[in-house]
Amino acid sequence: MTHQFPALSPEQKKALSDIAQRIVASGKGILAADESVGTMGNRLQRINVENTEENRRAFREILFSSDASINQSIGGVILFHETLYQKDSNGKPFPALIKEKGIVVGIKLDKGTAPLAGTNGETTIQGLDGLAERCAQYKKDGADFGKWRAVLKITSTTPSQLAIQENANTLARYASICQQNGLVPIVEPEILPDGDHDLQRCQYVTEKVLAAVYKALNDHHVYLEGTLLKPNMVMAGHSCPKKYTAQDVAIATVTTLLRTVPAAVPGICFLSGGQSEEEASVNLNAMNQLSLPKPWKLTFSYGRALQASALAAWVGKNENKKAAQEAFRKRAQINGLACRGQYVVAGKTDTAATQSLFTASYTY
Amino acid sequence: MTHQYPALTAEQKKELSDIALRIVAPGKGILAADESVGHMAKRLNQIGVENTEENRRLYRQILFSADSRVKKCIGGVIFFHETMYQKADDGTPFVQMIKDKGIVVGIKVDKGVVPLAGTDGETTTQGLDGLSERCAQYKKDGADFAKWRCVLKISDNTPSALAIMENANVLARYASICQQNGIVPIVEPEILPDGDHDLKRCQYVTEKVLAAVYKALSDHHVYLEGTLLKPNMVTPGHSCPTKYSPEEIAMATVTALRRTVPPAVPGVTFLSGGQSEEEASINLNAINTCPLMRPWALTFSYGRALQASALSAWRGQQDNATAATEEFVKRAEVNGLAALGKYEGSGDDSGAAGQSLYVANHAY
Repeated sequence: MTHQFPALSPEQKKALSDIAQRIVASGKGILAADESVGTMGNRLQRINVENTEENRRAFREILFSSDASINQSIGGVILFHETLYQKDSNGKPFPALIKEKGIVVGIKLDKGTAPLAGTNGETTIQGLDGLAERCAQYKKDGADFGKWRAVLKITSTTPSQLAIQENANTLARYASICQQNGLVPIVEPEILPDGDHDLQRCQYVTEKVLAAVYKALNDHHVYLEGTLLKPNMVMAGHSCPKKYTAQDVAIATVTTLLRTVPAAVPGICFLSGGQSEEEASVNLNAMNQLSLPKPWKLTFSYGRALQASALAAWVGKNENKKAAQEAFRKRAQINGLACRGQYVVAGKTDTAATQSLFTASYTY
Repeated sequence: MTHQYPALTAEQKKELSDIALRIVAPGKGILAADESVGHMAKRLNQIGVENTEENRRLYRQILFSADSRVKKCIGGVIFFHETMYQKADDGTPFVQMIKDKGIVVGIKVDKGVVPLAGTDGETTTQGLDGLSERCAQYKKDGADFAKWRCVLKISDNTPSALAIMENANVLARYASICQQNGIVPIVEPEILPDGDHDLKRCQYVTEKVLAAVYKALSDHHVYLEGTLLKPNMVTPGHSCPTKYSPEEIAMATVTALRRTVPPAVPGVTFLSGGQSEEEASINLNAINTCPLMRPWALTFSYGRALQASALSAWRGQQDNATAATEEFVKRAEVNGLAALGKYEGSGDDSGAAGQSLYVANHAY
């Protein structure tokens, strides 16, 4: 307990810190394009496209062959294993296509949920077996960061102490192994938006979960400056009858983060959960407009919230490629503005309304 | 775990937060004048003065008669129980003298260390019994904040997991009880400077201790915006052969805090430990010019480092009272500047030379 056995050399730390800083450089966020085969199936089904490897490749090509200027809003892309080894129509590997735009390549590392016996339907995440070897290989093949998603849910009896502690622990093990292999770990403790709980309840649970996560990261000697956090925004459950504004979400979320996330963490990249594209942008923007001090970047790591329009424009037809790319570019640009609190939503007045709500933060 | 039973109302939170912010307002710090009777004996012995209640009263009067110059550099004064109920020569209660200067009154509430059986001479701190009633009374009698000191030490096999966990827990219980009674708790987990360990070792241990403290505060539902932290600076042990610059101390200290102290904590008020008056000021200044982002106020809560010159100027002679008060005011102003990063030292080195030593933070 009292002697340090340094996990990383200063050079390793610098490399990790530099990668993390590049991903969340000012105005940039992450495209989460790491949908598993099954999840992609859901997405493609909605636009009546068959879930084949070629179709998955074709859609990702549309995103990754966007004009290089996309790098002004996109700092990193998370890939699924299959995608890391696919190529564009000219035979160029996707990692190369992404990297030549100056964007960092990431890889989903977890292997999905596994039940926690004796709990009310709660889960932990598997994927630690052979993780070091997998990380080393992915690093060789072009990845510089990893992602691992733990899942918790709010009901009248969950999340339980065990679920919080077990998921925090696996996240910390994953993070430690990533760093040993030169990958920046994105730590994702998602609390699902399912349920009818209100905003305060989500805030309370998120504070407890994040406190446990950062204690675990500390216990496992993880270098915080070389990590990123991917949390849920603090919001009411989907079936909560009460409606909240973007400012409510912003204040509750940032208050929670101020109470739990050390300043050493360079960036917080929110997941979009069940939010629409516009909702996800407006909420992120509101957070960045708050005058509360924010020692970390507040940015995005969006899947659906960056791709929904692009998918709908594409509908599997090659002739729609440009339209799909334009839809993606637009969302990326909007989210880039939201990172700076500069997204002007048509018809809304902003800073004055936001400022006056700050005084209510003692209710959080 | 999933339902919140709010510990404090919005009004209680606001009151606590306001008090904390007043104490650590820019350029202000704390005078720790809470030496116990036994502790004062040592101080008075060093200047050949008898340890009587009257001498202790006369000495504190010297400090508390400081003129309005201290208003801009002293935000709070910590009292010992006896002193809370003493008066100046003209009958003005000390508490009132301090409050009339717009300074917040605090009270030491712990009851000293007790051994942890089965450890290598480690301790916990007692004082929880009847603490709530005592806090309520002190609040009535003029106190708005409190202080509780835990002690840990670095040796080959300490601090142990038990010592860290037990002291963190007792600090959290104390903090929770204080807040219930409208009192801002200063949380003090002091890691002693005794030993020959180097700077890195102290940093490592400090990070582990602070991570445990903030997990305990979260577990005990303590409202962080209504607390202050009083840690040791990260320094080498007293008998460490390696010498370090103020910039190295600053970098190690700020790095440790950035990794463990949530940004919601309004202020960090360092203890001076064994440092001389000038050393404590120079180090605090270096901390406030460190190039890393610092989301909390970084200021002082000094005992000896504010009083040493005043004590030796006084030597128990009434004729020396004014000169002694002047010594105190001088040190208070110097530390007020250091808290703003504007203290240029007693003339030995220049700020520019110091700046160039802030490199290679990845080595921390």
